[in-house]
Amino acid sequence: MVDPMTSAIIFQHVSKSFGDVRALDDVSFDAPTGSVTVLLGPNGAGKTTTVRLTTGAMLCDFGAIQVLGLNPLTKGDEIRSRVGVVPPKPAFYDQLTGWENLQFAATIFESDDVHARSAAERFGIDHALNQEVGGYSTGMRTRLALARAVIHDPEVLMLDEPTAGLDPESARAVLELIREMAGKGRTIVMCTHLLHEAEGIADQVVLMDEGTVRAAGEPSSLARKYMADPIVIIDAEDRASLGFVDELDGVLGSRWDGGLHVVIDREDRVPDLVIELVKRGVRPTRIEPLTPTLEDLYFEMQRAHRESV
Amino acid sequence: MRWSMVFAVMKADLYRLLKTRDYWIPLLILGGMFFVVLPAILLGSMSLVRQGGVAAQIGEIVGTLPDAIQRNIEGNNPSTRASYAFAVYLLAPIAIVVPLTISSAVGANSIVGERERGTGEFLAHSPLTVREIYLGKLLASLLPGYGAGIVGFGLYSIVVNVIVGSQIGGWFFPTTGWMLLVLWVVPPFIAIALALILRLSARVRSAASAHQASSLVTLPVILMSYGVASGLLYSPVLSAFGAGLIAWIIAFLLLASGAKSIKRERLLGVASEA
Repeated sequence: MVDPMTSAIIFQHVSKSFGDVRALDDVSFDAPTGSVTVLLGPNGAGKTTTVRLTTGAMLCDFGAIQVLGLNPLTKGDEIRSRVGVVPPKPAFYDQLTGWENLQFAATIFESDDVHARSAAERFGIDHALNQEVGGYSTGMRTRLALARAVIHDPEVLMLDEPTAGLDPESARAVLELIREMAGKGRTIVMCTHLLHEAEGIADQVVLMDEGTVRAAGEPSSLARKYMADPIVIIDAEDRASLGFVDELDGVLGSRWDGGLHVVIDREDRVPDLVIELVKRGVRPTRIEPLTPTLEDLYFEMQRAHRESV
Repeated sequence: MRWSMVFAVMKADLYRLLKTRDYWIPLLILGGMFFVVLPAILLGSMSLVRQGGVAAQIGEIVGTLPDAIQRNIEGNNPSTRASYAFAVYLLAPIAIVVPLTISSAVGANSIVGERERGTGEFLAHSPLTVREIYLGKLLASLLPGYGAGIVGFGLYSIVVNVIVGSQIGGWFFPTTGWMLLVLWVVPPFIAIALALILRLSARVRSAASAHQASSLVTLPVILMSYGVASGLLYSPVLSAFGAGLIAWIIAFLLLASGAKSIKRERLLGVASEA
């Protein structure tokens, strides 16, 4: 049982359909308070639907959701006043200036001009507040959307593909903000399909695909679960000379992915492996233990799922 | 319900409308044509007619009006009496057509426009209640039409008094019937049309569909209000009160249930609700 005191968001067996299309199917996960949870998955995985259900903008067909200890079905207005959302394509009233858009948001979130100005400064958009938003670049719109989302100092911040269309510098600024807010005890939920973005900031990963949760947990524990056996990447001047590797003691399997990814039963097999390769006349160009990245983990989990299906 | 939130939604919509010249300039031209240009040309031409044959023909038109009206028509010659009749009785429906057209044009776009722009997502995730959004949108659609109606009515009064008043011997417009029409009868008819149009705007897929569908609503309401307005000007004041009261009751019932047409899922434009 997940504790609502320690988890800002709890999904339990949640399903949601649009007509015949099942957008979420028996989804369960929780986002611990003060952590960064990354919803990771390809387009159509159900990430945006999850965000919309969290604020009560949509209601689920089955299951139970708790946000900050409240039920979106009955306390949606209160949840929405305590949660900030950056949608995947931030939209504004283009005829109004950035400042007018922020003032509107400040009014409906019962904040004030001081907080609006401070939020704009925080995201480096204060210099453009007198311009009409219609003339903003994608990066400026995202910065304004971020400022708008934190205008009421939300306890939970949900960012749906926040770096989509941003230049690398702006994307890095967004990721730094996420770290900063998490450092201040805010709960962050970020949806992305970009694995490198999630790397390093995710306290917890929820891997979603086709409306279901494939796996959820801390990246390190997921790595232990899905990539329990050590992997060594080997390459050689003559790749054909590596054909015998699968027959060696302690080798559980191998596959080509840039180099030969050799799965072994123990890390201390590596020196023996090198000796054997040299003994058999292989001229190695690369022997490197694989430290699994989120990307490796993602593809490993996807592969494991395909195999199980 | 928090009225500050209703006014915030209304203010944002009105301010946006004010900044969109492409939207309000055609509506301004429409109002100018109906309230100033056409009455000025029509009444000016009639006032200039001094030829016996034409004046007699215009007098015949006045003769077709009900006796009760004919007794109220002022003026010493057929041309002046005809101008008076046109100014007070025959042009009355413009007081309804223009505000209704403007309000429906604004209202049709109000909710579906949020969805098309993507700003509906922001509203859906906001702590605004659907009732606050609905009332904000309603006021933002009603005020431009009704405001245009009041200003247009003022301008029409000036045109009528300047052109026809000099022949009658002083300013005579607005009459009691017109005041009742503009202040008591027109507002509920605009509200009825908007209550229906906002429901459509919440349900259709695009602004273009909303405009097409709203014309189906606006036309019957215009025709109905045209008939009512014309009839009321011929009737005793009490009838105008009664007709206005009935219109207000219908408007209230439609508006009270109208908020239910707005759902957050519709603001998001998700498949199941589209």
